[in-house]
Amino acid sequence: MGRYVLRRLLQLIPVFFGTTILIYWLVWSVPGDPFAGKCGERACPDSYVQFMTDKYHLDDPLPIQYFHYMANLLTGDFGQTFGGRDIGGIIAAAYPNTIKLAFVALTIEGVIGLTAGVLSGLRRNGFLDNLVLVSTLFLLAIPTFVTGFVLQFLLGVQWKIISPTVSGDAPISQLIVPGFVLGSISMAYVARLTRTSIAENSRADYVRTAVAKGLPRRRVVGVHLLRNSLIPVITFLGTDLGALMGGAIVTEGIFGINGIGREVYRAIVTKEGATVVGIVVVLVMVYLLMNLVVDLLYAALDPRIRYE
Amino acid sequence: MSDPTSGSLVTTSPGEQPGLVAEAAPAPGAPPQQRDKPRGLLGDAWHDLRRKPIFWIAATFIVLFLLMAIVPQLFTSVDPEHDSNLSRSLVGPGSTGWFGYDLQGQDIYARTIYGARASIIVAVVATLGTVLFGSLVGVIAGFWGGWLDALLSRLADVFFGIPFVLGAIVILFTFNTSNSGRSTVRITTLVIIALVTLTWPVSMRIMRSSVLATKQADYIVAARALGASNTRIIFKHLIPNCLAPVLVYATILVGAFIGAEATLSFLGVGLQSPVISWGVIINESQNYIRVAPYWLLFPAAFLVTAVLSFVMLGEAVREALDPKLR
Repeated sequence: MGRYVLRRLLQLIPVFFGTTILIYWLVWSVPGDPFAGKCGERACPDSYVQFMTDKYHLDDPLPIQYFHYMANLLTGDFGQTFGGRDIGGIIAAAYPNTIKLAFVALTIEGVIGLTAGVLSGLRRNGFLDNLVLVSTLFLLAIPTFVTGFVLQFLLGVQWKIISPTVSGDAPISQLIVPGFVLGSISMAYVARLTRTSIAENSRADYVRTAVAKGLPRRRVVGVHLLRNSLIPVITFLGTDLGALMGGAIVTEGIFGINGIGREVYRAIVTKEGATVVGIVVVLVMVYLLMNLVVDLLYAALDPRIRYE
Repeated sequence: MSDPTSGSLVTTSPGEQPGLVAEAAPAPGAPPQQRDKPRGLLGDAWHDLRRKPIFWIAATFIVLFLLMAIVPQLFTSVDPEHDSNLSRSLVGPGSTGWFGYDLQGQDIYARTIYGARASIIVAVVATLGTVLFGSLVGVIAGFWGGWLDALLSRLADVFFGIPFVLGAIVILFTFNTSNSGRSTVRITTLVIIALVTLTWPVSMRIMRSSVLATKQADYIVAARALGASNTRIIFKHLIPNCLAPVLVYATILVGAFIGAEATLSFLGVGLQSPVISWGVIINESQNYIRVAPYWLLFPAAFLVTAVLSFVMLGEAVREALDPKLR
């Protein structure tokens, strides 16, 4: 197990550098003048250009720029935007809201998805099963931004049940509808995955043994069946949490949540290269680590799986 | 489905042995004279598909959307771009304009019909690109293994590690801003390239794992013992037997890409104004949702129906190809 973790961590290193180099190259090298439009209608003063060029080593070839940037990053210095704001501070201010939203989404998709999946998996081909199959098919097919707009329009504007936008500090009560929107597609996956898993395992030998022993149905389902069927679902939820924390650009945009997705979108549009790279580095790291945790969780939950 | 890379998690079971399908007995309902002629993998799947109503529903819709993309004139005689008339700006649905008119007084019905073309071209071409490129890399990595496999797998991990929407925005924003004018072909190509760049690792992994599972099969060993070359083994034996999981993924991917293109266009980084696509129309409408909800809802309904049809087709194909579900 220890060797496996070590090997996975070592494998993360090239992936981490590869991803960040790719993003760094895309953000810094391709579009022309990084100072275009940075100082309003007129050209930037020479002193400012000089200062920023020195600060970001813009005269050096790209690999050296990248090296300087990474050296700073490893000491915890994310650098500053062209306007002089601390990028580490921007991330620290926005990230809690994104994490809150991700957990709300995860809770909603876990609770609803699991319930629907268990109920339909236990009674295959029943009315409920078909209902779940059809409704998850619809959820899968509707892009997030359509769900977001329609719910915002109906609940927020027409019926005035929720406030259409989320206020600055994003209280949990206002995040429920955005969380539902964000988690809707994964909810469908969770339901279908649980359903397949339950249906497959209910034919397993140990379930038949449990029934033959005369255990009450509740115990068979709750202890024997559920525990084994939930392993793939939990790993899916873990991977999904990594994805949710990285990509709520659309949902945060629609509902006006001050999160990392909105921040990175703003930075891309205003060509704040340093901010984009900084946020992407954090997101990629979270995503990679979540995937590692999920793999380890798999072994912890299922004793049949052993990593060397 | 705004993130095509997540589709692979549930919809395919890697490592399944598609080779088994070919040997499966004919379905019990089959007429007896067909029993003599053994069907191949695809023939068997087709036999299974023909009896599924869900397949026919999905196929009908897809044919309809393809017709819309190829000959939009069949559905509307209105010019979607140049027939604007400000006197009917934001007029709601009525007997002349079935879906109403947008801010410029353009017919939303006509624009939605013409929007099918760009959406479907992007999705189909990007799917072909992803599947061909990803499978090629997957076959190479799985067949030769060793350091080549390690290198290609890490490379795939790099692209897989970038969150989809974020990566697409960065790519499109970087390359889309040059002043080369707003050429339709250029914008469309860029969007396709961005989609392929960020999703090829998924089909690579699917292909690689099924190549790894098939590589040890007896018929491959037999072919090798008979002196077949690597090229012959790959094209005659390996690829036909590893195709099923990728095929299923591809069908669902078309739907996912239609959604992804719309998401990117909606964010303003994908297709842009001279091009008409469902995402572009939704992007134009988003600020007027309170006064003209129909402007958003009709193209969104088309979008959802198209994605749904491809996902449904993918499900049907998967059930037909999966021996475990018989």
